[in-house]
Amino acid sequence: MGNAIEVAELVKTYGELHAVNGLDLEIEEGHIFALLGPNGAGKSTTVEILEGFRKRTSGHVSVLGADPEKAGRAWREKLGIVLQSTAVSSLLTVRESVTHMAHLYPHPREVDEVIDAVGLTEKADAKAMSMSGGQQRRLEVALAVVGRPELVFLDEPTTGFDPDVRRAFWKLIRSIKDDGSTIVLTTHYLDEADYLADKVAIIAQGAKVAEDTPAGLRGRAGEAVVRWRDASGAHEKRTTTPTAFARTLLAKHKGEVPDLEISRPSLEDVYLDLTDLRTEEDS
Amino acid sequence: MNTRPSLVALTLERARLENVEFVRSRDQMIFIFSFPIIFMVLFGAIFGGQELAFGVTFPQYLLAGLIASGILNTGFQSLGIAIAIDRDNGVLKRLRGTPLPPAAYFGGKVLHVLFVSAVQVALLIAMGVAFYGVSLPTGLDPWLTFAWVFLLGVTGSTLLGIAVSSLPSSGRAASAIITPMVLYLQFTSGVFFVFTQLPGFLQTVAEFFPLKWLAQGMRSVFLPEDFAQAEARMSYELTTGALVLAAWVVVGFILALVTFRWQKRGDS
Repeated sequence: MGNAIEVAELVKTYGELHAVNGLDLEIEEGHIFALLGPNGAGKSTTVEILEGFRKRTSGHVSVLGADPEKAGRAWREKLGIVLQSTAVSSLLTVRESVTHMAHLYPHPREVDEVIDAVGLTEKADAKAMSMSGGQQRRLEVALAVVGRPELVFLDEPTTGFDPDVRRAFWKLIRSIKDDGSTIVLTTHYLDEADYLADKVAIIAQGAKVAEDTPAGLRGRAGEAVVRWRDASGAHEKRTTTPTAFARTLLAKHKGEVPDLEISRPSLEDVYLDLTDLRTEEDS
Repeated sequence: MNTRPSLVALTLERARLENVEFVRSRDQMIFIFSFPIIFMVLFGAIFGGQELAFGVTFPQYLLAGLIASGILNTGFQSLGIAIAIDRDNGVLKRLRGTPLPPAAYFGGKVLHVLFVSAVQVALLIAMGVAFYGVSLPTGLDPWLTFAWVFLLGVTGSTLLGIAVSSLPSSGRAASAIITPMVLYLQFTSGVFFVFTQLPGFLQTVAEFFPLKWLAQGMRSVFLPEDFAQAEARMSYELTTGALVLAAWVVVGFILALVTFRWQKRGDS
């Protein structure tokens, strides 16, 4: 498999601000690739450069073999885009909107199948304006994939969703991947990246601080944490050998160790470590 | 398997969808269609059957002006505000992210404006004939004049509307910025008041803008030939009118091309 996207030394500045500061990315065809990072890390700026909405200050960018700043209609036909925090609040119905979008592409999917895939069959004849935020967001996904895109961009697609709606949405994203599309996802939800992504790049202050599979990232922090309580209060010990440590701890205590807990670092711990580290280095 | 759709088909589809959305946005539709009618009834009642000259009453004079300003209202004002709101809401950005050719988007807007203007003009003409003693012109010539004045007016207004949409900083500010421009022209171009009765400097300024020539062109269609004697230079000046309107089409085209933005200010 080749790369759908190649980015080298990407820089985007706004005056003094380096929104993107020397970013390198290689995104493999057929993968779900998550750009994870706090608000203001430069995720959306990066994605909008890849989508051709923003001009880069410097660096090399290739998306499906073309430079987004110069690419035209044929390139757009291979792309599906869900922008950040927009919603379709049109007076057209779901079916009218999706049908229109299908007409813009040379090899579209079946309109009713796409509406069904995003779970809007019952709303097919409802006006987008009358639907909930989650439903409008799903309509956006329908609009983005009806053209049978090779590459789909999802910019914070589930912000503001209820937990159950997010679960359903994730299944939808998986099914789009299973149909053969490459997906670039930005998110600040760790569980979302963990569940969906084949690979995660963690971005902080415009640069990549880590890139790995979700499991690989979790394994990065080798230290486990042992927590317990005794007469002098609560304790916490970080160790690479939690079993050995627990054994000595147990030997010291007669009976139950109060509030004993041994935990492996979550993706969140790794993430916080990585994004923190970056802030400290810079200051 | 489908193949890439043609520009004509996409333009027509855009126009159809714009019309569908317009008809469904009932408030906007009622406002746009009733606005000139309300003015017609109101000013018609205030200035009553006053005869201006050559048997032409004020309501008849007003009718021609309202047909002209209806074109500006739809093409310039409503369209300019609508595009500014579309830009603010990200609708334009979303379209930019699809393979839709920009020409199909603009073409669809122009056809939509033509449709709305045609309905509006038909309503006004019907009112004029039914209540204000306007008689429809006979013969081909006046209708040909009507056709080119209407088409130049709609084209110019639409292009200027696309251009002016980039002026307000947000969709919410659009109405506050665009509406006064149209109001100013309506008061000084011989729509609500008889042009020749305005102070000279206002007349001079108005002559640089399209509405004055649109209104005068429409008067040449719907008012008697003799009434030309009552115009500023004792003529309907159709040639000058055509030149000024054509010049604004060119200016509008250039401005629309140069100023048009798919994204909000600062979003690039």
